[in-house]
Amino acid sequence: MRIFATDKGTPPVIAQPAPKPEILARRAEILAALSALVPGDGVIGDATRLKPYETDGLAAYREVPLAVVLPRTTEQVAAVLRYCHETGLRVVPRGAGTSLSGGALPLADSVVIGLMRMNRILDINLEDRFAVVEAGVTNIGITKAVEDDGFFYAPDPSSQLACMIGGNVMMNSGGAHCLKYGVTANNLLGLKFVTIEGEVIDIGGAHLDAAGYDWLGLITGSEGQLGIVTEVTVRILRGPEGARAMLAAFKGTEIAGAAVDAIIGSGIIPVALEFMDKPCIHACEAFAHAGYPLDAEAMLIIEVEGSTAEQDDLLNRIKAICERFDPISLKVADSVEQSLAIWKGRKGAFGAVGRISPDYLCMDGTIPTSELPFVLKRIGEMSAQFDLKVANVFHAGDGNLHPLIMFDANDADSFRRAEEFGAAILTLCVEVGGCLTGEHGVGVEKRDLMSVQFTARELDQQRALKTAFDPQWLLNPSKVFPLQETPAAIAAE
Amino acid sequence: MSASLAPPDEAGVAAVVAAAHAAREPLAIEGNGSKRGLLRPVQAARTLSVRNLSGITLYRPAELVLSARAGTPMPDIASALAEKGQQVIAEPPDLRAVFGSGEPATLGGIVAANLSGPRRIAWGAMRDHVLGVRFVNGTGEVLRSGGRVLKNVTGLDLCKLLAGSYGTLGVMTEITIKVLPAPEATATLLLEVPDLAAGVGALSAGLGSPYGVSGAALLPGTPNLAALRLEDFAPSVAYRMGRLREALGRFGDARVIEAEESRAFWRDVRDAAPLGAQPEDAVWRVSVRPSAGPAAAAAAQALGGRALLDWGGGLVWVAAPASVASHDALVAAAAVSGGTCTLFRGPDSLRLAVAVLPAEPAPLAAIGARVKAALDPAGILNPGRMRAGL
Repeated sequence: MRIFATDKGTPPVIAQPAPKPEILARRAEILAALSALVPGDGVIGDATRLKPYETDGLAAYREVPLAVVLPRTTEQVAAVLRYCHETGLRVVPRGAGTSLSGGALPLADSVVIGLMRMNRILDINLEDRFAVVEAGVTNIGITKAVEDDGFFYAPDPSSQLACMIGGNVMMNSGGAHCLKYGVTANNLLGLKFVTIEGEVIDIGGAHLDAAGYDWLGLITGSEGQLGIVTEVTVRILRGPEGARAMLAAFKGTEIAGAAVDAIIGSGIIPVALEFMDKPCIHACEAFAHAGYPLDAEAMLIIEVEGSTAEQDDLLNRIKAICERFDPISLKVADSVEQSLAIWKGRKGAFGAVGRISPDYLCMDGTIPTSELPFVLKRIGEMSAQFDLKVANVFHAGDGNLHPLIMFDANDADSFRRAEEFGAAILTLCVEVGGCLTGEHGVGVEKRDLMSVQFTARELDQQRALKTAFDPQWLLNPSKVFPLQETPAAIAAE
Repeated sequence: MSASLAPPDEAGVAAVVAAAHAAREPLAIEGNGSKRGLLRPVQAARTLSVRNLSGITLYRPAELVLSARAGTPMPDIASALAEKGQQVIAEPPDLRAVFGSGEPATLGGIVAANLSGPRRIAWGAMRDHVLGVRFVNGTGEVLRSGGRVLKNVTGLDLCKLLAGSYGTLGVMTEITIKVLPAPEATATLLLEVPDLAAGVGALSAGLGSPYGVSGAALLPGTPNLAALRLEDFAPSVAYRMGRLREALGRFGDARVIEAEESRAFWRDVRDAAPLGAQPEDAVWRVSVRPSAGPAAAAAAQALGGRALLDWGGGLVWVAAPASVASHDALVAAAAVSGGTCTLFRGPDSLRLAVAVLPAEPAPLAAIGARVKAALDPAGILNPGRMRAGL
């Protein structure tokens, strides 16, 4: 997925802690030591081959790391971390590098530990409904391994063809279907976890709700701050008999919001409930020719599951509810093909916006769903204020809002305004009772906004928890917490 | 009986904790004290209760969220939700019978113990639906984690860390949970199965079907009874029950119970009533992969005890003679398949004599001690509740 053009203009600069000179000076020695720990072609040190690792899905920010290590086993990960701990080397864990928040952005004096070679499926147990996979297995790879038996792995981030389960665990990834099936944290049973000291710890297992502190819950979504996960035990679920979508278009965002409330209020939990605003409808229609109504101010895509008769029953209930809100258009798919056609525009939304704007920033706040009309109105006003277009996609059931801010990376002022616009939207999300990030993570992108959502003492408490796992702050430093207040920054001064 | 402090509000709770922190005086933390018999007894001269922090502070049915002060009794929350046709998703048990308590559990207590009922297998645990918490840490600071929206990955997830920490890391004062619509209809398929292995086979086949089984329990007895629940709109329940019965008929004689009869059956399973624990018995909860459930139940029976299996066979409630030998045998039985065993109820002598929770590997225990120190540096919150010396 293209977020930024990667080859034009001077890349924007993100503040990073100063590299440790004593580490940079020992580069050759460090590369040799790492090569001994991960022999063969497991260590990358030359500039050309390091280049692809300088950034991730948030391609505006770049930094070439000191080295990249590509271990094949948990033991190698442990050995590398032990070495980093003893040497005072900073570590940046990396899966597929699809993070939209810069979670895998390297530091100049860091070792990137890439887990893509740990891509084996170790165990599939249909009777007990779990799979054990290495961290570098792709999200879709888990479903592919069990789908012939009718099972699937539920969380489905839109990067699921590429993104890896280890990264999903670290970012607690969501997807379009989490209203019903939950996010990554709700679909895990166990982890193999390696500490910065190189200790390998089994967390949980193949059973539910292991006794003791919920380490599984704390580690999930910790953005590489606490340790590295090398194996994951996930729950696998039996898929429904079928699924089908419908489309409902309305004259106003408030009306569409009220329709969403009425659907949820009727006791129906659709498996997906997606909202698109007018600019998004137009961009998607121009791209996908999905038959979206261009005169609508807002459109919903609603998907239900079950047998054909159950789908009919639920879609009829939803249709009847939508009819109370004077819809411009209601289209119920009567086949899988029509359902795919309805989804085609939405699934291509990011690409569609990419066609009408040279670059865009994909934001990820969450708001109480009742605040949607107000928030969209304010975003519209800000769009005029910052003189940048914006299209909004919204997981309406769970309040997760993805404004796509369109800008031109060739124009430094345009990028600066886009960043400010993004920060203003996220601040607004917090002000109305929501949060900075629903599923992309804080990363480097939102670290300096953390003080908008949390008090200084709340951030101190979170930092103290990181310190309990990583006393020297070697693990993915400069992420999640405001840079100026991190021990890493203090240490660099 | 230790002195009990029950401040009227969050500021009062914070003041008590701050003073205790300054004086290095341990506090037993509780809501209504209905689970005082759970895990280990706390040695503290004073008890801090949040029972006066009561009341629902926010309820938005269309947003599927409810916030309540930690001392709000669970029945109050259930009735408020029922008025809007909604329910607490994880179906937490009412353990008044198990613990011989007259007081209902509070929201804070249920979250602090991360207790979930039969629906856990399909819709997640109590901790999965905790969206936000306000809590007082061990120094008396009022802090928040999470929020009031359904999807939130902002910062480290202290909600999950506090859920299941039994008041040892912080005193929760207000909790926001995700709620869901209550089903229009429910029905349960009851199968008479020849043995527990066949019973778990039937439950696994049901959970591996596309029909959305939301409860899967196994009641040992004559006959052994496997139970599979469906909850949905009426036409769906009718259709799916037909298909499920067809698919599972091979496991044994089948009958279907519906509506209130089905609801009463699952209330009993939720509250471990079919276990029939006698007053002199100790009670354990063993969590294993479902296929290992029958072996854990057999270990209970070998001790002269009884078992009740929920969660597709993966949660084994055990009632057996209260002895160290019973505990050791059940811990060993759970460990065979990598599962865990928790002493849930027992006489103080037993609760103090054994590790009520499974031991953690040394590196994890060291991290645990540092995490405890980060939240409660003086070690005053519920010392010894989960593990001796912590």
